[in-house]
Amino acid sequence: MNDVLEGLRQAALLIVTFDADLMQISARSLQVTLTATLIASAIGLPLGGWVAVHRFRYRRSVIALMNALMGLPPVVVGLLVYLMLSRSGPFGVFGLLFTPTAMIIAQVVILTPLIASIAHQAIRELWAEYHDLLISMNTTRGQRIRTLLWDARRALLTAALAGFGRGIGEVGAIMIVGGNIDQATRVLTTAIALETGKGNFALALGLGFVLIGIAIAVNMAIHFASKTEVSSRW
Amino acid sequence: MVERSILPLRLTKATLHRSGKTLVGPVDMTLAPEGFTIVMGPNGAGKTSLLRLMHGLERPSSGRVEWAVDEVASRPRQAYVFQQPTLMRRTALDNVAYPLIVHGMKRQAARARAAEALRGVGLGDHAGKQAWYLSGGERQKLALARALIRNPEILFLDEPCASLDGRAIHDIEHILLTAHAAGTRIVMITHDHGQARRLASDVVFVHHGRLHETAPADAFFVSPQTQEAHAFLKGDILI
Repeated sequence: MNDVLEGLRQAALLIVTFDADLMQISARSLQVTLTATLIASAIGLPLGGWVAVHRFRYRRSVIALMNALMGLPPVVVGLLVYLMLSRSGPFGVFGLLFTPTAMIIAQVVILTPLIASIAHQAIRELWAEYHDLLISMNTTRGQRIRTLLWDARRALLTAALAGFGRGIGEVGAIMIVGGNIDQATRVLTTAIALETGKGNFALALGLGFVLIGIAIAVNMAIHFASKTEVSSRW
Repeated sequence: MVERSILPLRLTKATLHRSGKTLVGPVDMTLAPEGFTIVMGPNGAGKTSLLRLMHGLERPSSGRVEWAVDEVASRPRQAYVFQQPTLMRRTALDNVAYPLIVHGMKRQAARARAAEALRGVGLGDHAGKQAWYLSGGERQKLALARALIRNPEILFLDEPCASLDGRAIHDIEHILLTAHAAGTRIVMITHDHGQARRLASDVVFVHHGRLHETAPADAFFVSPQTQEAHAFLKGDILI
């Protein structure tokens, strides 16, 4: 119990003193995960819509695969991205390993199936509702997907937030491809892992509380910005 | 350029099967370019399937459904109002503007046209409301305004007045008659005999998926030719 109280004290101290390291690490965490969430949403939301609307031969398999990939183990993704980006890998020439870009790439791989899968669920329900109407109105497939994405935007926001949640707390992949380098690729989760390893429980806990605080703050900000729950249905 | 009419619509031995059951057909009929056709028949007779088949929401399992023009060219000139109006999760105004915008009209112009159309159906005050909050009658009027916004040549309606009260029915019939007077071909399902008598120029009587009778309204209501139609009009229960 003492550790927790000490952690809270440390967290408060770090925050009120605007600790430079903490600010930098937090900013990097946000930067990496927000960017990854944006890119994964840009891929995953239309993909979810497309799979919901388009009938093709292996549709069921694609959906099953998408759902299965939601549980993709981050360390394995980290390992694969590492191999791709390492000097001897196919994308080694870009020199991306151990940079925030590499961390973003790894997180995009982890978040895209999750976002696509949740988006697909939401859009599928709306599509069942709109199906006859949009066909009757003689819309093209692209128009149908765009309409569904727009009208399901609240549910899709939840998909994006779920992605953000998974990304901000993720440590396995970014540890491997980022390397947890001080001043370069250290983020909140990797810092916590490091401090815990060093036995610095109070600092680790302090960072942990900051991490939780950021996750809640981002969710609340988007929640209020998009006025969810203001009207009863959407 | 005067657009070529998409009518008459010709059904040749058109049949619709669904999981081994025949929902409708084989149907042979021709929808003339003018008129206000009322489709009548007991529940489950295949009225809705017939309309969906005509509109192209269902492909015929066998037989043909042919417009006077190419099928693709006919699509933008048709509209359909469903029994349960599907309202999009948007404002009333955006619901009506949607068909215009999706077919290339500028947003602002489309909204202006939609606002006008909403006033036309008496929903002028509700433009900014989310469509979901409208009452049953208002929703149906909204669906009508949306279906009519692109001036379709033919409008299909599947029981637009089911479970509405007198006032709403009166308003909707007025909208329909106005559209019809302006040249819109109308094909409408109804269970309401009174409504059928008020609106129909001709009647299609469907029972067990077959057309039992097609006749001008006057003739149909005065002296139906088939026993089933006679029983139906008398108020007997058809099984």
